[in-house]
Amino acid sequence: MSTLIIKHKETARLRPLLRLILQRLGLGFGTLLAASLLIFVGTEILPGDLASAVLQNSATPESLAEMRKELGLDRPAYVRYAEWLGNVAVGDFGHSLASHRDVVEEITPRLKNTVFLAVYAALLAVPLAIVLGLMAAIWQGGIYDRLVNFVTLLTISVPEYLVGYILIKYLSVRYAWFPSLANVTPDTPFGDRLVLTFLPVLTLTLVVVAHMMRMTRASVLNIMASPYIEMAFLKGLPKWQVVVRHAFPNALAPIINVIALNLAYLIVGVVVVEAVFVYPGLGQLMVDAVSKHDVPVVQAAGLIFAAAFILLNMTADILAIVSNPRLRHPR
Amino acid sequence: MRLFGHRVTILAMLGMAVIIINLVAAIGAPWIAPWDQAEIVGDAWGDPDADHVYVPLMGLDNLGRDLFSRLIYGARMSIGLSFIITCLSFAIGITTGFTAAVLKGWVDTALSRLVDLLLSMPTLIFAFIILSVLGTELPVLIVTIAILDSTKVFRLSRALAMNLAALEYVEVARVRGEGLWWVIRKEILPNAMAPLIAEFGLRFSFAFLFIAALSFLGLGIQPPDADWGSMVRDYRDMINLDSTAPLYPAGAIALLTIGVNFVVDWMLAIHSRSHGDG
Amino acid sequence: MTDIAGKSGRRAGGDILRVTDLRVEVRTDRGPGPVLVDNVSFDLKRGAVLGLIGESGAGKSTIGLTTLGYTRGGCYITGGALNFEGKDIRQMSGAERRALRGPGVAYIAQSAAASFNPSHTLMQQVCEIPVRHGIMSEDDASKEAVKLFRELELPNPDTFGNRYPHQVSGGQLQRAMAAMAMAARPDILVFDEPTTALDVTTQVEVLASFRKLIREHGTAAIYITHDLAVVAQIADHIMVLRHGKMVEYGTSDQILQDPRQDYTRRLVADRVAGHSFRADLNTGEAPILAVQNVVASYRSLAKVIDGVSVEVRKGDTVAVVGESGSGKSTLARVIIGLLPRQSGDILFQGQSLPPALANRSKDQLRRIQMIYQMPDVALNPNQTLLEIIGRPVQFYFGRSNAEVRTRVLELLRMMDLPEAFISRKPGELSGGQKQRVGIARALAAEPDLIICDEVTSALDQLVGEEILRLLKRLQDELGLAYLFITHDLGTVKRIANKVAVMLKGKLVAGGETSRVFAPPYHPYTELLLSSVPEMRSDWLDQVLTGRAKTIAAVKAAQIQVPG
Repeated sequence: MSTLIIKHKETARLRPLLRLILQRLGLGFGTLLAASLLIFVGTEILPGDLASAVLQNSATPESLAEMRKELGLDRPAYVRYAEWLGNVAVGDFGHSLASHRDVVEEITPRLKNTVFLAVYAALLAVPLAIVLGLMAAIWQGGIYDRLVNFVTLLTISVPEYLVGYILIKYLSVRYAWFPSLANVTPDTPFGDRLVLTFLPVLTLTLVVVAHMMRMTRASVLNIMASPYIEMAFLKGLPKWQVVVRHAFPNALAPIINVIALNLAYLIVGVVVVEAVFVYPGLGQLMVDAVSKHDVPVVQAAGLIFAAAFILLNMTADILAIVSNPRLRHPR
Repeated sequence: MRLFGHRVTILAMLGMAVIIINLVAAIGAPWIAPWDQAEIVGDAWGDPDADHVYVPLMGLDNLGRDLFSRLIYGARMSIGLSFIITCLSFAIGITTGFTAAVLKGWVDTALSRLVDLLLSMPTLIFAFIILSVLGTELPVLIVTIAILDSTKVFRLSRALAMNLAALEYVEVARVRGEGLWWVIRKEILPNAMAPLIAEFGLRFSFAFLFIAALSFLGLGIQPPDADWGSMVRDYRDMINLDSTAPLYPAGAIALLTIGVNFVVDWMLAIHSRSHGDG
Repeated sequence: MTDIAGKSGRRAGGDILRVTDLRVEVRTDRGPGPVLVDNVSFDLKRGAVLGLIGESGAGKSTIGLTTLGYTRGGCYITGGALNFEGKDIRQMSGAERRALRGPGVAYIAQSAAASFNPSHTLMQQVCEIPVRHGIMSEDDASKEAVKLFRELELPNPDTFGNRYPHQVSGGQLQRAMAAMAMAARPDILVFDEPTTALDVTTQVEVLASFRKLIREHGTAAIYITHDLAVVAQIADHIMVLRHGKMVEYGTSDQILQDPRQDYTRRLVADRVAGHSFRADLNTGEAPILAVQNVVASYRSLAKVIDGVSVEVRKGDTVAVVGESGSGKSTLARVIIGLLPRQSGDILFQGQSLPPALANRSKDQLRRIQMIYQMPDVALNPNQTLLEIIGRPVQFYFGRSNAEVRTRVLELLRMMDLPEAFISRKPGELSGGQKQRVGIARALAAEPDLIICDEVTSALDQLVGEEILRLLKRLQDELGLAYLFITHDLGTVKRIANKVAVMLKGKLVAGGETSRVFAPPYHPYTELLLSSVPEMRSDWLDQVLTGRAKTIAAVKAAQIQVPG
């Protein structure tokens, strides 16, 4: 009986937190909807209408009108949006204008490849960046810190393709340690995939790690400058205990934020890296579709990228809320 | 060396040198470059014709044009375009940002929500969507990137103006009865200059990298104009023959961005220092 | 831990800490920086309390931290010795130093809110020293902590430790920090301005519980503060510091009653209320400013000011006093027009002032000027003094550039500032000089009324004193009226001829200072007045007797305050 009451009290205390999390989830969903609208508006209502985009130079007034009818462009925009959204909700993205295949069929294997690449890179980059960033923060001002700072300042400004081609030139062409083309097929075994995609993953990692560790370092240093850290030292705790017990729990929220932010950045990096290594991923597909004005594919790929981006940002927000003691233990 | 009353670090000096060299190349391309960017001076990847005294620094390219000359002309396109984009995005971002901060109320809410919406998607993806319909003509590129980029300028200038407006010396001016324009011009803008200049550098390097990435993907500047991003694209297959050709334009892109970042870093550091001392 | 002889010897009266010729310097990448502490020596006996007192930059906190073998970033101990139980702290290894911090010397910081880790409960942090140093088990340490909570009169001592730092009030947090420092029964407690951030009525209770704690446990302590009256209540000996050097050292009574050095004498004299700047009472003329029943709030939330009325006449200094959250600064914003009032009226020279800034005439704006608490943020760092002080002259009177310049020079002379400062920017001035520029800017408008919002609280005591003197002189010369917003009752008693006491947005007492500050008091006025530390060592004892009754009376009166 008494435990029941306590439990009830406990949930009552957590309610503001729960409400905040639900709010974020709702906001995330709303943003996704807005993004879908934006994508639709961008592709269908902008002055250069879809029909003329598809027909390009061969457009005559008659063929344009016919094309418009075929694409359903003669109906009002909001009807088409509702229809498109309804179809998307049940997983129907329509047919590609270029290959006339079902968009979902076209995208699925590509999406798998891209997710594989991104997850592989994230698994490598995140732990690496956090460890390196923490080390730089602990030895702040030391030679290691200065070296790392300088190197990251350099790599932060370097585009993915420069890193990619340098890696290819030296690790693939000159020494032939890794293949330069990441031409995986659906039948490629897992082990081979790991080797084939190693160079693109390394490229992504190098580019993202610099950002991530710089920000990790900054947020830890920010925490380390707080008076309660000085207090912990004045209590006679050794440095590692100060870092682990006092700095880390508070640095968690900013670090999570850094990771989410950089994983979102990874999404963009993937597009370029796929082009460098001719990797059959979603990014390559989207770039091709853009140059061919294949709108349904662009819409679908854009929506997937946007969803991933929004999801990451939302996760970061929610984790930050959960790790905030002021919200977890309200007055 | 000192600049604006502050000691210039070695990195900042390096950065400035890189920027100046690039600017000189961009402006003086026709006089500096040994050949025209489109002039075919020999066989593909070969040597130039014998009647030229000049030894090509980087060899000829896939169509027999001089790589070094194209690199110099490329600076023109890449830097000039990014500069125009950045100016445009600043004009849009600062106007809307300051307006939102000053007017507050529904104007602020509406503009802020719009910017949130534009930032809810990766910029590159959003650009793809627009380019897929409008094509890749230069004006489209410029306006698209400028608008997308102005969202970040909007956020910064809005925050800056709001922070500064809350300061007591701005309050003093308002209580004195000064007009809005005077308050912005005399009290807010001079104190927002340093972070805004630094942001200009950052936005420039972002626009620069962005347009280079688009060109590299074949969705940016179209031939025959030489620009660094599309040069990387044109020469990329040569990497498998152990050629260095694509690394030159890619390296040029990296070098300029690094240079700009060094200067921006220095400026941010002196700004935070002069404010930390109070 | 096995040093039983040492433990038993602890209660004897010998020196626990002997500091000789201590020197602390800043070292930067570009070479040596300023010297923070220079040639300071003192002994601390077991159970004794030493007060370190000085203005900002005196090096008192730096000295306090060195007794824990700690210096802040960039600072280094470059000379002298710190003998703790016969061992020099400077010669200690890292491990020995860590063993010293907590069980040997424990630290209590100024801002408890910032010094507690927001992610851990108070209990976890209070038990940290004994548990991490292997002195007690977790259970014993918690029991000990509860005992300390009870001794420090914290509410619900059995469950107090389960709370997180943001869940308790500032005064409670400060006491919790004392419990944290005391947890491992240290030989020395270092208190670093522990009551400075608290409201004056809270300060008394916290100070009393600190004293009780030290006395009952017989712990030696170093008490650092800028307030002589506070330190006099707790310390046996006092060392006066200035610019890192010792000025005077003696027993508390000797320092208070018979200071030998000129600097100490000035510190003491200014607080003993020897100098009264109080203006004569002016009843004849009509009031310049009449605030009538004003109500205001931020964004329709609870009323921040509720039915406040105040009158200011020519030559008056009216003080509005109250603790944080009393609404006194909001009142200033409402008068000046930054926050439009919701109801009530404000008459200026007999005319109703429009509530919003935008609707007031240029002349109305000119006649009320304001001086701010923080001169740092009240002056545009990018403008020269000519621009800062000259702008009102140009704006309100439309003078030519040459005339503006002449006027600015004249104002600088009035402020006792060198004329050469006209081309300087605020960053090149000291705090007191900046405040003078703020005054000059207000005077440039040739106002009738100046609102002074906590104008001395960000300044060192002696500098603040000079500013008060300057304001008084200007009042005599120019016939100005002041509305003085402040929390410092000591200042009020000396400068204001009228006073308005505010509590939670309402006026609880008002009128002539001599009448408001004399019996029969309003209970809250009495509580406030009795909470202002006085320059005698038996003040705290006297205040504590009968205080409970006053507090109960305030609570009762709060309900009776008319809405």
